[in-house]
Amino acid sequence: MTIDVIKPGLATSVQDLGRTGYYHLGIPPSGGMDQRSLRAANLLLGNPEGAAVLECALMGPELRFDERRCVAACGAEMVPKVDGQPQPLNEVFEVPAGATLGFDFVRAGARLYLAVEGGFDVAEKLASRSTYALGGLGGVEGRPLKAGDRLATLPAVTPPRPGRRLPEALLPRFAKHYRLRVVPGIYDHRLEAASRERFYAETWAVASEADRIGYRLKGGSSLSFLEREPPFGAGDDPSNIVDACYPIGSIQVPSGSEPIILHRDAVSGGGYAMIGTVISADMDWVGQIQPHQQVRFEAVDLEQALAARREYRDTLEALRRMP
Amino acid sequence: MTTQTPSPARYSLAADEYLFVEVSEEMALDAFFRALSITQRLRALALPGIIEICPANASYQVRYEPDLISAERLIEILKSLDDEVAAQRERTLETRVIEVPVLYDDPWTRETLMRFRDRHQDPSGSDLDYAARINGFSTPAGFIEAHSASPWFVSMVGFVAGLPFMYQMVPRERQLQVPKYLRPRTDTPKQTVGYGGCFSCIYSVRGAGGYQMFGITPMPIYDPDGGQPHIDDSMIFFRPGDIVKHRAIDRATHDRLQADAEAGRFRPRVAPFTFDLDAFEGDPDATAIRVKEVLQ
Repeated sequence: MTIDVIKPGLATSVQDLGRTGYYHLGIPPSGGMDQRSLRAANLLLGNPEGAAVLECALMGPELRFDERRCVAACGAEMVPKVDGQPQPLNEVFEVPAGATLGFDFVRAGARLYLAVEGGFDVAEKLASRSTYALGGLGGVEGRPLKAGDRLATLPAVTPPRPGRRLPEALLPRFAKHYRLRVVPGIYDHRLEAASRERFYAETWAVASEADRIGYRLKGGSSLSFLEREPPFGAGDDPSNIVDACYPIGSIQVPSGSEPIILHRDAVSGGGYAMIGTVISADMDWVGQIQPHQQVRFEAVDLEQALAARREYRDTLEALRRMP
Repeated sequence: MTTQTPSPARYSLAADEYLFVEVSEEMALDAFFRALSITQRLRALALPGIIEICPANASYQVRYEPDLISAERLIEILKSLDDEVAAQRERTLETRVIEVPVLYDDPWTRETLMRFRDRHQDPSGSDLDYAARINGFSTPAGFIEAHSASPWFVSMVGFVAGLPFMYQMVPRERQLQVPKYLRPRTDTPKQTVGYGGCFSCIYSVRGAGGYQMFGITPMPIYDPDGGQPHIDDSMIFFRPGDIVKHRAIDRATHDRLQADAEAGRFRPRVAPFTFDLDAFEGDPDATAIRVKEVLQ
């Protein structure tokens, strides 16, 4: 069984839940940016929840199947098409032998997760199949897909059920504007008070530089850091710190101009002050925001972040129990 | 033993999964040593709910599972580990010394730096010329001598997979300092020896970079394909706490070592080493001599 990549799409890569335990050596978690949609696609098919899928950003790939296989597509709204015929999102459907699976343009969201029965079979690297392109690791030769790539799949664990569909209550609800919850901290004491307030009051827009490493934001006022004598080794810019680790989800503002939210292919560390961290429950949404969409930040405390985390867990439990 | 009481570390919650701990706002060897000692002890405890432990130059970060260990409890544990580290009589670290062969002023970084002159402080010369001048050396050779004579601590591994940040083991007044590029480059050759602020580094992969470029090493340091016998299953050669000694090599040696690396035959010179922070602070030059001796 092979799946031939006719067209790779804009940025399509093999991802699973990612790898842990190597961030201290500079290897980030990687894995699907919207983990909930990734899990949903696998669970619909009866795959292991963390089986490898294709993460398809903004413009989907075109794939030819040499044998019949069931698939499920969750996440961004890009209507799948088999030999030109529209297929449902969030529902198991068949791709016949010799057919080509393509996608319509994206209507909402930014990343679609395409799962195939059994899951995609690429070599595991550091206990994960996820692609980490910056380090040339995992996936297909450590990079996004190219035309001419040939993908293999693993045998299905349980036979998939065509027509099985995500319950209405578990469908993603994409918005025009997003509100991201942030726990302020790390180096936010280095911001001037007025800047800190403005950061949460203003509306930001996602820039075109929005990828698996991080999301850059524009449109808000520049932030001012407090004047200081630069600490030894930090660098002269007031936004510099002695190079430190960057949490996934942390927000840095190089030279005070454009905030960057780091995501799952993050650079693991560097010399820019972080002023807060997006809560774990909102990180899936970050991966679904399109360039030019608007974002506002809402400051929350740890208790609120933990409550959101519990809600997120409940949603995953509901996915696991779906009929 | 120093009698000075270290300033307390600063603990900051990075949302619900990460804890960021700043040991010192400025870079200093004892701050690095403290962060490394605390994180080594935390790793040894193997507590349930601890997912990633990342020591950095003068700070560290812990990723945890808040359903298994609360932030409050984690901070309590880290504070007691910090006290333990402060109370220990001997500030020593069992580590290794690694010799890194470097072809300084090589053709590949030179070609690259010429392409990005408009992003540099001094478009008229090379990165080495500039670094030598602002550090008070009359020739690049003097700068190269200073860079390769002293030992360096790997004070952090990261940015991208396996990139070592290295901190020069000399008194502060002798430390080399070079600002980063005005605007980052979009290209840096793999295994470039770079420099930014007070840190030297080795770029593990080809890609963007803002550090000055001084040379290149034929020594593989990141091995995603698994062909290098000196690199274990983690694919990464360097560990925080490693001590590095650069050795200037000529083009012929570079090419021979490069061929060895390509054939999977490269063997770095590595020796075990007990680093003593108090002995170092008392006489840094004596430590530098010992580092050289263990490599003989």
